[in-house]
Amino acid sequence: MSAPDKLMNTELMQEREAALAPKAEVQGLDFYYGEFRALKGISMTVYEKQVTALIGPSGCGKSTFLRCFNRMHDLYPGNRYDGRIVLHPDNTDLLASAVDPIEVRMRIGMVFQKPNPFPKSIFENVAYGLRVRGETSRRGIEEKVEQALEDAALFDEVKDRLHQPAYNLSGGQQQRLCIARALATDPELLLFDEPTSALDPIATSSIEELIHDLKKQVTILIVTHNMQQAARVSDCTAYMYLGELIEFGVTDELFIKPKMKQTEDYITGRFG
Amino acid sequence: MSAVPGAASPMLDAAAAGARLKRRRSRVLRERAIEAVLFLAALVSVFTTIGIVYILVKESVVFFQEVPLWDFLTDTQWTPLFTDAHYGIMVLLSGTLTSSAVALAIAIPLGTIIAIYLSEFAPFSVREIAKPFLELLGGVPTIVYGYFALLFVTPLLQMIYPGLPGFNLLSAGIVMGIMIIPYVSSISEDAMRAVPMNLREGSYAMGATRFQTAIKVVVPAAISGIASAYILGISRAVGETMILAVAAGQQPNLTFNPLEPAATITAFIVQVALGDLPHGSIGYQTIFAAGLTLMLFTLACNVGGHLLRKRFREVY
Repeated sequence: MSAPDKLMNTELMQEREAALAPKAEVQGLDFYYGEFRALKGISMTVYEKQVTALIGPSGCGKSTFLRCFNRMHDLYPGNRYDGRIVLHPDNTDLLASAVDPIEVRMRIGMVFQKPNPFPKSIFENVAYGLRVRGETSRRGIEEKVEQALEDAALFDEVKDRLHQPAYNLSGGQQQRLCIARALATDPELLLFDEPTSALDPIATSSIEELIHDLKKQVTILIVTHNMQQAARVSDCTAYMYLGELIEFGVTDELFIKPKMKQTEDYITGRFG
Repeated sequence: MSAVPGAASPMLDAAAAGARLKRRRSRVLRERAIEAVLFLAALVSVFTTIGIVYILVKESVVFFQEVPLWDFLTDTQWTPLFTDAHYGIMVLLSGTLTSSAVALAIAIPLGTIIAIYLSEFAPFSVREIAKPFLELLGGVPTIVYGYFALLFVTPLLQMIYPGLPGFNLLSAGIVMGIMIIPYVSSISEDAMRAVPMNLREGSYAMGATRFQTAIKVVVPAAISGIASAYILGISRAVGETMILAVAAGQQPNLTFNPLEPAATITAFIVQVALGDLPHGSIGYQTIFAAGLTLMLFTLACNVGGHLLRKRFREVY
């Protein structure tokens, strides 16, 4: 699959290629839920310190694709990967059976559709990843928690109640807490699975701003239902349909002059 | 002719409205009847509880007219059937507390571990086989457990500790613990399985192992349900009768040593209720005082558990 003619090959894209380093390369990825082939021969590159958006209608496999990066599918029986996702700089194949999914998840953070703080204090939520990694130094944990909350633009709102339960926060704050939780362990790649679909417009715009700021420090891959959101926050966009990657290119180009008719139909709202 | 369909003529309208009203009336009546039946059914349990409390209190008042409350609470002997009668409830309470402590020391850790295993680790097929067996454990009649304790566990323990008397609290407590395991594990497991999957996924996504996820995320999230399971286990242990009456001996003994024989509140009540005590005698009245004590104790456990649960739920 992955016929190169389907992908954008424009001057702008070539410029990008030259200027950017690839963080992860997906090579001929197939994914099966039991017998069902949910992803069909996907190949694309995720560029370092860029926001890459995955768009497409419901059921097109974009969340499935996202969850391949941190091997979430390993949690359930009957799932199978084919192909490779090579993570740079060390060229680890994330999908190789010899690679421990826990190692993968230690390097790649994830933020879910619904905010899912743990039944712990705000502080302990952010410290969770550090504790899981065996970090014991109190000072070290405190510093990293504070930094992560700063980075997630939440620190000022919660600094006086770090030891209160996280469930007392609003939905938008909970989602930023989940972002802080993911950031605390310095992930190389951060996955967002429709992070704003459960939030109101104001909370959504603050998360979008945050994603925009975060790309300075981390590579981001985001699944979104919302095309405006993809246009606003991402540098590159991939359009998927029925488990296939239809088109992948620089966001500005893909939204203004898509190469594929299918993409055009979708982004102009004629379909999907 | 009206443009609105169904509003054909005022006459027909009135008739239709009358029929509607009749239907509504019969519907309301039926609803009320059902409501009344449901209410009466609920009332039965309330009345039973009130009735039990009333009898216990009434008979206990008679008892406490003869025996001062202070003596009841502080006396270190329980000899209601002797000529030199003493009524120190602590003697029986010590047996109840000791045997319950042994039982809970078995049931709470084992029940919790089993629940964690079944909910978080066991493959589907193992769970499907293990659960019915576990529930079977809760269905064994307690008299069978009693003889199991007396004739199997006690001799086993005597091999390890030869000085152990034939009747003892340890053996009864251990078997009682085994009996309570399914109560603790099945309610705890339900509580843990009710923890939403996205919480677990959040933990796995942070690089946590299965065990870290179970201990640090699932158990804290399910803690109010797990606490309920423990409270139920405690109530079962405190109220258990047959195993203790059979395997722990029935002689009142103020002790917190599980290696000794002792009577519990429940075992004493069985003993007295089976004997031929004249109705209305002070010996007969003791069982109501003892029963009241037991009920207050269980009530305290339940209220304590409820408060604890509410606190936890508010926090998380």
